[in-house]
Amino acid sequence: MHADPSGVLTGHHYLDGNHAACEGALAAGCRFAAGYPITPSTEIVERVAARFPLIGGTFIQMEDEIAASIAIQGAVWAGKKSMTVTSGPGFSLMMEHIGLAAMTETPCVFFNVQRGGPSTGLPTLPGQADMMQARWGSHGDYEIIALCPQSPQECFDLTVDAFNLAEQWRVPVLMMMDECVGHMTERVIIPRAEAIEVTERRWTKKQPGEYLPFEPGPDLVPEMAKAGDGYRLYVTGLTHDERGYPVMNWKAQEKLVRRLVDKIRLASDKIVRFEQEDTSDAEVVVVAYGITARVARRAAELARRTGIKVGILRLIVAWPFPEKQILELARKIQSFVVPELNYGQMVLEVERAAHGKTNVVCVPHGGGEVHDPEVIAEAIIGAAKKRS
Amino acid sequence: MHVMANKPENPVNPHLRLDRMPSIWCPGCGIGTSVNCFTRAITQSKIDVQKLSIVSGIGCTGRVSGYLNFDSFHTTHGRPIPFATGLKLANPDLHVVVYSGEGDLIAIGGNHFIHAARRNVDILVVCVNNFVYGMTGGQVSPTSPEPASFTTAPYGQFEEPFNLPYLADSCGAVYVARWTTFHVRQLAKSMREAFGKKGFRFIEIIAPCPTLYQRRNKLGDGLDAMKYYKEKSVVKNDAETKSLTIDFQSEITVGTFVNRERPTFLEAMNTRFQKALGDKYTPYPLGPNHQPKSQPQAQPSA
Repeated sequence: MHADPSGVLTGHHYLDGNHAACEGALAAGCRFAAGYPITPSTEIVERVAARFPLIGGTFIQMEDEIAASIAIQGAVWAGKKSMTVTSGPGFSLMMEHIGLAAMTETPCVFFNVQRGGPSTGLPTLPGQADMMQARWGSHGDYEIIALCPQSPQECFDLTVDAFNLAEQWRVPVLMMMDECVGHMTERVIIPRAEAIEVTERRWTKKQPGEYLPFEPGPDLVPEMAKAGDGYRLYVTGLTHDERGYPVMNWKAQEKLVRRLVDKIRLASDKIVRFEQEDTSDAEVVVVAYGITARVARRAAELARRTGIKVGILRLIVAWPFPEKQILELARKIQSFVVPELNYGQMVLEVERAAHGKTNVVCVPHGGGEVHDPEVIAEAIIGAAKKRS
Repeated sequence: MHVMANKPENPVNPHLRLDRMPSIWCPGCGIGTSVNCFTRAITQSKIDVQKLSIVSGIGCTGRVSGYLNFDSFHTTHGRPIPFATGLKLANPDLHVVVYSGEGDLIAIGGNHFIHAARRNVDILVVCVNNFVYGMTGGQVSPTSPEPASFTTAPYGQFEEPFNLPYLADSCGAVYVARWTTFHVRQLAKSMREAFGKKGFRFIEIIAPCPTLYQRRNKLGDGLDAMKYYKEKSVVKNDAETKSLTIDFQSEITVGTFVNRERPTFLEAMNTRFQKALGDKYTPYPLGPNHQPKSQPQAQPSA
């Protein structure tokens, strides 16, 4: 279905990534947001607080990120599309509720505008060091989807996609932005409402009594109902059966948790998303995401001047990870080079997916600024020399 | 536990998930008694049960939501109030009741409790206070009295216990009552009264935990707890909430202590946005306990 025009600010704008992300949420149909102020993410909820009263949405600044990350889940079960917004320290506080959303299959969107960490770290400066936390931060086995915009335009576009993916797969979807993308201002084109595809919640058509809230459909995703419609829902973070009732044994655990994991793992071909530039005949492929993908493009240009064939694989969806594509490339190329604003996170996935078929070079950076393109270019040149 | 099958149907049965019985609660536990009062209050009230959501946290009382046959949400430890806040604000047509224990609501969830009361979010919070963490095996709680003994206070509790009605009153709750599980009629009546009010309403229920609190402290069984409640409870409606601390086996003051009106979160929000935005703002729906033309202004207390 198409976006509700009341939330769509159609036109050409000059926006930073945080403001664009807010507009993306409104266009996607988000009408409930809960947040807690934290740099460098706060502009998203500041704009939400100003915009929501005009379009029938509700924003509440909660007492902490723990509260914000579960208030949105209450709102989802009341029927709204919901989101919360944070950065590193707040993201850490939200971990338990990412697990709750995964366990109860509550579709919702978490924004993390990443800054330098650990702890209070560098509040006003960029980082990309929460990528593994996004994947593994809550306890237990579960799957999420994480997206990494590289520009304000993508902050808009991918936010719409994030809400759609949350509804389609009934998982928490994480918008893994970074301070640079959040605060850089560029042109953002917001299409007309009828040109924005919005995924409706998978409402059940079954009647109360015949509806089992956690009975999987063919794609392993159950249909949803909301509070107040007579379904007498039972939603729990405990291991549960298809009625939602707690069942404390390994069989129920196997059935439920395997499905929660499989619904994303088995569909990863449909969810993974990346962009390839010049990879068809590349000797070296740079794998990057977010702001670092833009720095990598400059680095690739520098390296190409020395005659090396350099490709770029930009992760748009970081989780699930494009394992097959990495392995395919690994069989053909001399080396991967993986720059990221951390001391080696997604590079571990590249190594894992490459199965030892090629060399993988990490270009770490502690965060606080972006890489010097020269440093990445040197890594590319070094990687090319190694095998030739 | 299963004797009900061949008896005339209990009028509260439709409100229970009978397919989940027997419950996990121990013999003599007060939580089941409180649930019985709650379902009776529902039966006697005009509340639309289809619009009723029960939100619990974690712990023995946290299991209440799962035995009640409404929309049941068993959330994370300490967080039923913010979940309920989201549920209520996103659909004001719902009656939202938070039902949980004192460890869940006041220790780990204490910050949410004070802020929801301050905001006057339109929810009823029912807190079963049994002075102990039962689910985890008898640890000290924020209401545990000195010098009772607990697995994590083996030489006796020495901290000051929380006075919950005083806390709720100070934070702005519009309705504050306390009863014990001996006072089943008064408790059910209080719940009915609270259903009919809007805003942040708080009912504390003093309940026995024979298995962990009483046994360890040589206080007998469930029946002994009832005798204690009967002998040592004093009804003092409108008592100063400051005076309501419960010490070890001390007198327990029960009654309705606060019953006042204050604009709810959504009323205050509508008022502010209408002032600031005028015609550009469409007032947000307020929900069942609000009169159609209710004035979001303080009224004299009942």
